[in-house]
Parts: sequence; structure tokens; C-alpha cells
Amino acid sequence: MEKYIDLKLYATLNKFSPSSPEHYPVRPGTTILSLIEKLGIPTNQAKLVFINGVKCELTASLHGGERVGIFPPVGGG
Amino acid sequence: MKTEDLLKQIREKAFKASYPDGTTYWGLSVNQVVSLEKTLAFSAKNIEIAALENGIIPERYVRNFNAFSQKDQIKLLRSTVAVVGLGGLGGGVTEILARIGIGTLILIDGDIFEDTNLNRQMLSTQLRIGTSKAVAAAERVKEINSSVTITVHKQFLDKQNAPAFLSKAHVIVDCLDNIPTRFIVHDAAKKLQIPLVSSAVAGASGQLTTIFPEDGGLSLIYGESDLQASMGAEKSLGCLPHAVTFLSAMECSEVVKIILNRGSLLRNQIMLVDLDTNSLEIMHLV
Repeated sequence: MEKYIDLKLYATLNKFSPSSPEHYPVRPGTTILSLIEKLGIPTNQAKLVFINGVKCELTASLHGGERVGIFPPVGGG
Repeated sequence: MKTEDLLKQIREKAFKASYPDGTTYWGLSVNQVVSLEKTLAFSAKNIEIAALENGIIPERYVRNFNAFSQKDQIKLLRSTVAVVGLGGLGGGVTEILARIGIGTLILIDGDIFEDTNLNRQMLSTQLRIGTSKAVAAAERVKEINSSVTITVHKQFLDKQNAPAFLSKAHVIVDCLDNIPTRFIVHDAAKKLQIPLVSSAVAGASGQLTTIFPEDGGLSLIYGESDLQASMGAEKSLGCLPHAVTFLSAMECSEVVKIILNRGSLLRNQIMLVDLDTNSLEIMHLV
């Protein structure tokens, strides 16, 4: 059964946002890495990933109901 | 001149005034501080500290009260903060720290202003194109608050000069525009055992963190330093002035809280800001 996550993509990653990011379907067990690939985000642009506000590895898996934030490297000022 | 004589002069010049809530205080005007400095062998900063120690508030800091106590204001005046990078973030940070009454500022930047700085860098003006950012910062501080002691370094920070430039700071503020130099500041701050506040901006987004020497630090955000590209998302998004100014104010908030040991800090956390969606989230890095 499909579950949903609340997805937030920052800065340059915003262009990869699906049409309803706050209600994005995932299969339970989907890893962050496969989510990133499905969204078309280059993996070197997604080093900072958070599940429910805590930094996670690309190997972390989703069960549905999570808030996922992905932030690209940023260095300007 | 002896301290007793200084206090006598300060007390003679002090006047009774009221806060907007009606409570009264003894104040000392900017002009009085400047004229006492001219006639006495005390710096403006030490005159202000002596006044505060005796319950007299320099008028320039009155709107810091009673959010700050007199002890807080003295602590800020006795503090030294290094600002590394005097562009968008650094211009805002320098302006705020001078106004709030940080007693000593170390201003570091080897760059000169160019046309592309004008959208966001508060210290840049058309007339200053081609001139030193560090000199502009020092002049701005003098215009705002002549009680602030300034050390200016018209050089880019590098591995060799970082220990000498930064060693006297109580807090270092990373206001740089590239990732590799951020790691140089980070490593120097760790070695010198000095807290670091670091921010970066791309477009209308930005990040902010505070790193104490024992904390995980920048590699939690960027990965290992030797694997990094020089620039991030700002390469294609630029840096918007409202985002840069917002993040520079947030950096100052962390600096003040570190010095005054108050509130909560973004240690092992990162604040992610997206002004396009009004989103502000604090994420845990460990």
C-alpha cells in the first residue's frame, strides 16, 4: 500500500519538486537514495537530507508519514 | 588622570532621562563621551564601561535596555569579535555588532568592491567600486560607534595568517562566499578553541549554524573538506539582499547569545531558511 511523505526541497533543488510535495507517494521501505534518483536530483547535490528534522544517510528508509528535507551545498554570502 | 576623577566627571555630565515605559535612568550622551575622551586620558570605550559600572547608561545603548542589563552591555563592550569576509553577510554583521556595542572588531577581507556587489553588500556604494572592503568596514564602524576598537586586515584569510588574525577573538563570524575558506576558518577556530558562527546563502535560501570547538562542525554540513566544490547553489541562484541581510542578523543573534551566555544556540543544529516559502526550520545534524 502506498504511503505519503511531506517533501521540502531547498534552493536549486526546488526545481525538482513534484506537483504536490507535501503529499508525495512512497512505497514503505523506499530509501532516500532511491527517492532522490526518482526525483531526478543529482546525488552530489543532496548531501544534506533530513527525516523529521534529523540528518540522515542516503541509505535511510522511509515508512510514510515522514517530513523529508533536502538541502544542496550552499556557500554564498 | 585617576579613575575617581573620571567618575566625578561622568557623574557631573550625567542627566536624568526616562525609558519609553516611564521608568527613569541616568544617561550620558554620545557628545559627552566624545568630549570626555578628548579631555581625559581614557578611551571612549573605557568611559562607557566606567559609566555603566556606576549605573549610568550611555545613550547610544539605551534601546538595548532592559533587554540587556548593564552587566550584559559591559560584557559586550569587553568582547572581541572577528568578522571574516566583509561582503553581504559581513557588511550586515559589522553594522549590527558596531551598533550593539561589541567593544573590539577584527575585520578581515582582502577583496575590493565590484559592480556585482551592489545588489546586497551594505558597505558597497557606486563610489566605492574598486576600493577595499576592509577599509570601508572600518570607516563605517567609526561613523556608527567611535567607541569600538578596530583591527583591520586588508588580506584574504588563509591557513598561514588565520591563527594570528583570529587568536584574540572571543567569537568568530564566518561571512565568507566560498566553501574552502570556510573550512580554513573552521579549522583555525577549532585549534584556537574559539566558538564560530557560520552562515551561507543562495538565492532566497540560507543556512546558519554555531560551532564550538568540541562540536562536529562544517563537515556535518558539507562533507569532508577535501571533497568540496568551491561554490554551491549560489553559483546559479546568486544571493538576494533580503536573504543575506536576514542571515547576517541571525549570525549576530548567535554571537550575542554566545557572549552573554543566554538563550539557545544552534550547536549541532542547522537553521534552514527559505524566504520564498516563509519556511524556517531547525534541523539536527547529529
